[in-house]
Amino acid sequence: MKRRIFVKTMAASVALAAMSMSSFSALAADTIKVGILHSLSGTMAISETALKETALMTIAEINAKGGVMGKKLEPVVVDPASNWPLFAEKARQLLTQDKVAVVFGCWTSVSRKSVNPVFKELNGLLFYPVQYEGEELEKNVFYTGAAPNQQAIPAVEYLMSKDGGSAKRWVLLGTDYVYPRTTNKILRAFLKSKGVADADIMEDYTPFGHSDYQTIIAKIKKFAGEGKKTAVVSTINGDSNVPFYKELGNAGLKATDVPVVAFSVGEEELRGVDTKPLVGHLAAWNYFQSIKNPENDAFIKMYRDWAKKQKLPKADTVVTNDPMEATYIGIHMWKQAVEKAKSTDVDKVIAAMGGQTFKAPSGFTIKMDEKNHHLHRAVFIGEVKADGQFNVVWKTKGPVKAQPWSPFIAGNDKKKDEPEGK
Amino acid sequence: MKTRILLLLFGLFALLAAPAQAALDAKLVAQLSAEDSDEKIAAIWALADSEDASEATRVLQSLADGSLKDPKGEDITINNRIRGELAAALASLRLFDADRAARLAAVKELQASADAKLFGVLVKALAQESDAEIKRLLSLVHAQVSLQSEDAKQRLVAVQALAAGNSPHTKSLLLGLLAKNGSAWAEPDAEVRRAATAALKQVESRLGTAENIGRVFSGLSLGSILLLAALGLAITYGVMGVINMAHGEFLMIGAYATFAVQGLFRSYAPGLLDAYVLAAIPVAFLVTALVGMALERLVIRHLYGRPLETLLATWGISLMLIQAARTLFGAQNVEVANPSWMSGGVELFGTMLPWNRIAIVAFSVGVLALMWAVLNLTRLGLFVRAVTQNRPMAGCVGVPTGRVDTLAFGIGAGIAGLGGVALSQIGNVGPDMGQGYIVDSFMVVVLGGVGQLAGAVWAALGLGVVTKFLEGWTGAVIAKIVVLVFIIVFIQKRPQGLFALKGRVVD
Repeated sequence: MKRRIFVKTMAASVALAAMSMSSFSALAADTIKVGILHSLSGTMAISETALKETALMTIAEINAKGGVMGKKLEPVVVDPASNWPLFAEKARQLLTQDKVAVVFGCWTSVSRKSVNPVFKELNGLLFYPVQYEGEELEKNVFYTGAAPNQQAIPAVEYLMSKDGGSAKRWVLLGTDYVYPRTTNKILRAFLKSKGVADADIMEDYTPFGHSDYQTIIAKIKKFAGEGKKTAVVSTINGDSNVPFYKELGNAGLKATDVPVVAFSVGEEELRGVDTKPLVGHLAAWNYFQSIKNPENDAFIKMYRDWAKKQKLPKADTVVTNDPMEATYIGIHMWKQAVEKAKSTDVDKVIAAMGGQTFKAPSGFTIKMDEKNHHLHRAVFIGEVKADGQFNVVWKTKGPVKAQPWSPFIAGNDKKKDEPEGK
Repeated sequence: MKTRILLLLFGLFALLAAPAQAALDAKLVAQLSAEDSDEKIAAIWALADSEDASEATRVLQSLADGSLKDPKGEDITINNRIRGELAAALASLRLFDADRAARLAAVKELQASADAKLFGVLVKALAQESDAEIKRLLSLVHAQVSLQSEDAKQRLVAVQALAAGNSPHTKSLLLGLLAKNGSAWAEPDAEVRRAATAALKQVESRLGTAENIGRVFSGLSLGSILLLAALGLAITYGVMGVINMAHGEFLMIGAYATFAVQGLFRSYAPGLLDAYVLAAIPVAFLVTALVGMALERLVIRHLYGRPLETLLATWGISLMLIQAARTLFGAQNVEVANPSWMSGGVELFGTMLPWNRIAIVAFSVGVLALMWAVLNLTRLGLFVRAVTQNRPMAGCVGVPTGRVDTLAFGIGAGIAGLGGVALSQIGNVGPDMGQGYIVDSFMVVVLGGVGQLAGAVWAALGLGVVTKFLEGWTGAVIAKIVVLVFIIVFIQKRPQGLFALKGRVVD
């Protein structure tokens, strides 16, 4: 008897859900649906939640100015919960059930790798807004974050320079998954090409969500005390960064002794940390909130207003960061490409994307490469200030073309600089 | 004679050039905003040398704080290289401060950054210094600097003095002497090299001790966290044989209770903010204990004797609790700040021991003592032990087993809540934070033996220290695997765990 009631309620709730869904799509005939695929819970929520907000804000901005080709954009938000297989499931749902024209989403490379086959199979379109390790070029993906030569390599070169502290020994520290492992492989090859011996490189990984960094900090201290200037390259991702930096501050490891440069830590990640002991530690990005220009002022103001209007938690202290800017650029470039192609058809939009330009908050007019689906971006290196913002201490003269196939990995010189099947 | 005239001229020039800042050369101050780092550094050292030390300290400190403006009124930015030089310059000025603490901090700073240009300053400071501790450190720094001396004899004396050092920086310096540059030694004199090798050995043995102390301490700290997480489970699992998959969520509730108390203090008693952790302790205990008792009354009570159903039901409850936290507090992690007295650390034998971890070790000792007292000295404790050993017999002699179950479950949950307070001080507080600890807690309970406090204590500390030592050699990922495999093998050999209950257990 009990079981029958259970089955009945289940059936009823499924029917209810289906009904609400169908009524939803009936309403949405005159809009273009846009998918947003970011983890709103789990270990990556610390980074990805802000990207969802940025995407919603940009969509609202575009809608307020008349939408795309006269149609309003309608965001469809899903939560893959930092669960990599769930990313693929949710991507499939967005493409087949919600029939979105484009998806903005993913942060970790493992989530991108998990959705790639789905976008390929269903010929969808994904804009990926985060710096990553390269080594891939998908026809269905546009990469608005940095490739290694637009972030990792310049950062290491800076630390080798006199102003960066002339580092001779290197700790490559990361979360254990594809992005840190590949980046560190590239960096190891790069360091070797600069004459750094294997004994002067220490590589270490921690699991996702790791929160006890005592041993690792002790190891870094020991490694640093062996005669040469040491620098740490951190590819730790997600909320592990908070305990890592807390421990770093408590252990009294100062930036003037052992500088830590991070590739996945920006203004947003540092919000939950007391940054006073961390002054001088570095991050390399293509955008910092502290960059001064009219576009950036407008962008920051827009996000602050948005946070207040949406009553986001701690709305008065919200910050902007690089992946948020990359999300903003991506959505605008997609809009421009749709207007150029006069269609949201994936193949037409892909063809129209190459060569699109956009005046970005980073202060440069940046361009989508004609061929390789990556942006030409300027590189900035910033030092953490006591208020959690970054102080730009080095930057490239202008935008740099991305090299998704790093020349420091064997065999990459033969690979084509554009996606297969384009 | 000549220098005196020069000085006089320089003084006159300074007076003419900068009437506003009597002793500081305005040109040098302006040079601080130069684009080029080398120029900035030159200006910093020139300023540090100037007559008016207090004014120079003020200017340099404001540069270090980032509040110094350039002529255009914009902040002057500095990078790590300049920050290092700046810290050394400031420290060289503060070596003559009247305050002992300031001098001590200055000499500690110089240990990491002193170089040849400070030789004169150090000699002067050594002559003036009266405090023994500072004098010892100063002579170490002096020795570091004299390593760069031209005179081999001075270098030899310096190396011998450095043998008393215990900082990684000293080791670096000695290693630098022993490095080979192509075929030539960095240190040309063989005598000095021999002394350096001997000194290196001493410093290294001291550093090795410091490292092991650090490892043992981090093991203890991990162990104490495991203990706090597992103590409650040891009771519930021990007394009732209930496999409570929602135990991790009790930790989470405790941590969120801490967060809520912190919020209350922020808005109603900002002056007492540093004390919020203390207030959070009873609150977290009560809240989680109430949730635990409700859970026991409403769900677990009806499932006694059916371990599989209990496991599934509590797992479902854990999901519900996670979702409830998500709805109430949002999916993102919330920020629980360390009170200021728990930030930073204390140096012991060359190892930095962070205060927050020390506090947690002490806290878990306190909780353990309290728990022991409750179990061994109170009537409730007697009942709990009786029910653990032989439930039907305890029931026969009039122990109200039902109520004992509820109370024991409440205490177990409450202690997990206390664990949550501790966790909130070192890790992230988020809806699914408990999931990471449930497996570890079960490992501790299973390894220690069911229903035994001593077992849980030894298992938690053992696992903590072993994990930390393994992490040092193999990295965190492998260490986790090795520990898990070890426990599986151990349980195969000794299913009752480290400590087995003695007595006539009916099972």
